[in-house]
Amino acid sequence: MSPASTIKTLKIDGRDFSARQDESILDVAWQNKIFIPTLCNLRGLSEVGACRLCLVEVKGTNRLLPACVTRVEEGMEVTTTSERLDRYRRNILELLFTERNHICSVCVSNGHCELQTLAQRLQITHVHYPYRYPKAQVDGSHERFVIDHNRCILCTRCVRVCDEIEGAHTWDVMGRGIDAKVITDLNQPWGSSETCTGCGKCVHVCPTGALFEKGRSVAEMEKRRMFLPYLTLMREENE
Amino acid sequence: MSPEDLEQIAEDQRAAQGQFTHQVNVCVAAGCMSCQSQSVKEAIDKEIVRRGWEKKCQSKGTGCVGLCSEGPLVSTGPGTLYQHVTANDAGEILDALDGQPGSRLICRTDVPFFQRQKKIVLENSGIVDPEHIEDYIGSAGYGALIRVLTDMTPSEVIQEVVKSGLRGRGGAGYPTGLKWSTVSKAVGVQKYVICNADEGDPGAFMDRSVLESDPHRVLEGMLIAAYAVGASEGFIYVRAEYPLAIKRLRTAIRQAERMGLMGTSICGTRFSFRVDLRLGAGAFVCGEETALIASVEGKRGTPRPRPPYPAQEGLFGAPTLINNVETFANIPPIVRNGGDWYAQIGTEKSKGTKVFALAGRIMNTGLVEVPMGITLREIVFDIGGGIPDSRQFKAVQTGGPSGGCLPAEYLDMPVDYESLAKAGSIMGSGGMIVMDETSCMVDVAKYFMDFCMTESCGKCIPCRVGTYHMNGLLEKITNRTAGQQDIAMLEELCDLLKHTSLCGLGQSAPNPVVSTLRYFADEYKAHVEEKRCPAGVCGSHAAEQAS
Repeated sequence: MSPASTIKTLKIDGRDFSARQDESILDVAWQNKIFIPTLCNLRGLSEVGACRLCLVEVKGTNRLLPACVTRVEEGMEVTTTSERLDRYRRNILELLFTERNHICSVCVSNGHCELQTLAQRLQITHVHYPYRYPKAQVDGSHERFVIDHNRCILCTRCVRVCDEIEGAHTWDVMGRGIDAKVITDLNQPWGSSETCTGCGKCVHVCPTGALFEKGRSVAEMEKRRMFLPYLTLMREENE
Repeated sequence: MSPEDLEQIAEDQRAAQGQFTHQVNVCVAAGCMSCQSQSVKEAIDKEIVRRGWEKKCQSKGTGCVGLCSEGPLVSTGPGTLYQHVTANDAGEILDALDGQPGSRLICRTDVPFFQRQKKIVLENSGIVDPEHIEDYIGSAGYGALIRVLTDMTPSEVIQEVVKSGLRGRGGAGYPTGLKWSTVSKAVGVQKYVICNADEGDPGAFMDRSVLESDPHRVLEGMLIAAYAVGASEGFIYVRAEYPLAIKRLRTAIRQAERMGLMGTSICGTRFSFRVDLRLGAGAFVCGEETALIASVEGKRGTPRPRPPYPAQEGLFGAPTLINNVETFANIPPIVRNGGDWYAQIGTEKSKGTKVFALAGRIMNTGLVEVPMGITLREIVFDIGGGIPDSRQFKAVQTGGPSGGCLPAEYLDMPVDYESLAKAGSIMGSGGMIVMDETSCMVDVAKYFMDFCMTESCGKCIPCRVGTYHMNGLLEKITNRTAGQQDIAMLEELCDLLKHTSLCGLGQSAPNPVVSTLRYFADEYKAHVEEKRCPAGVCGSHAAEQAS
């Protein structure tokens, strides 16, 4: 954020807004309480544009643009909801539900899950793609935390928070396509990881019940993320 | 190295060649090499020694002649080509040098396959020895570089490329001159030039052949590009599955450095450029430029959203020029003959020539270079020799997993970027797979979808999960257990992937399905409604297993 940064004005859903040129459409939408769904994005972490839920329509281009990585431009006209966008968003969420085993009724994050909340908000009542029911593993080898791959949506927030905020880079992704999964170190059990500091940041940025604290039962895992904006702010001030 | 030095080397080389009355060129590119052309060359060498012809006859390993299906190929002069040569034929070929060429092995070169091609990128393939820089210099090699360094400013070079109308040969067809000028205008102390040699389309082998047959041409193209955009470092990202291309590139880089054509203060100017190889570990998605950059940086090869484009923020955050092998290979002749010369060839919007790899049900499997705007019919039937076993042409697949299948109605369509896109396919990197009535188009679509599913990196949801479901649906259709609702779901997923995927792989993954649904709907219908495969490909055992 350089002091010399210029201010741009743009329209989102017909309303006029102003923004710094280094801000994204999603930043402006958030500041002004305009809802754009996202799962991979989290303020304080780098943007990857992977979940494709924040795609918006921008006048003048046929392509849908991810709001999280698209910087504002002067005179931009953004549409955040339309029949088409809603349909795509619902389809993408449905794909996520079929990918692994998301069973809310037995999940530690039931009631506090971003995937669940988003599905409710987008009024998904059922899934019309066939379920995969893959055999996914649960790694409970860590002293305090568990990763349940059944509930992972590969948003890579854990990977980013561990690398960018904690600086440990314990998490990463292995495998390709449908076989991709998050791993600790070189795919060793989390408990035997030599780089993990046990800080638990990954657990609290995880949008679903894939990462949780041991000892939590159904619906008991609430994530606390207040540390993230605070740490980011302190870092920016020190830079 | 001055222009005079270079001319001296070229002259020496030509004089050395001129001493020999006969020249025997044996193709030692991967196609012929895999049918023992190396032993053919050794046999010819031995035979020359045995006859004491060392002063009279020279044998040389050269690059690809193009007609890969008839290899090993041996040429003893313009118009004299031998096919299916074995080590035992060495004597016969040498006997024929002074007299009439032997007829048993002779391969006719007055046929459309050779006559209808126009070779610019492949002008040296099959003629120069890819492992000797002198041979390349002897055929005007590195002349364009010297000319650029001594006579032209970087912006003049870019102007020439703009004038030529050259478009990226990697697939998308982005104007090369525009890309160069963007990188040259981008602000940065350090800039990079990357050559994308991660050719991964099934059935495509144009880049491999260029690298194996004429590696110096690609290096020269990169050097000119680096001079034009102001880069001092470059990388060639080549897939590890191309060991021969890698070996020849390494040799070529070493030779160019030794001659002072690469490295620091090239030819005594202030221009410095060095090139390094990076080997791909077998991921198709690493052909996508942002994934390729991540891979060169040593990270997991996954694409990132653009903008920022690599031209502004590429390798290690620096402005980066990425072009395909064939694009760089076009640069030396453009500089040598001028942009206007190149712009004369081809159509209004697609200039120059394009190399295609012909594969599938076609007589002349191999590599061809044709001017843009030629029709598919000319490529498949005249140059390609048509379909073997007097079968019926059904479709031609262009552009690999991102392309589409075009039916017989499109045979008279000119081959250029716009026409192919309008017909629902893409130019792609130049793979062309021909299919006859024995191919089931649903099965073909499933093959490409399976490819995309396996090659999806898994970063974005639509591609990761969407390709899985599409593959499953196609599996169901070929098993003949699918219903009408499955076709509807397939169409819905095609639309979703095209519009929401992060990178080109996901966005274009539905193309084979969309194009077959569009042109071969009756085949889908037969599988779904009548539970039968018209081509008889989707075997009955599959249906039994599913039921």
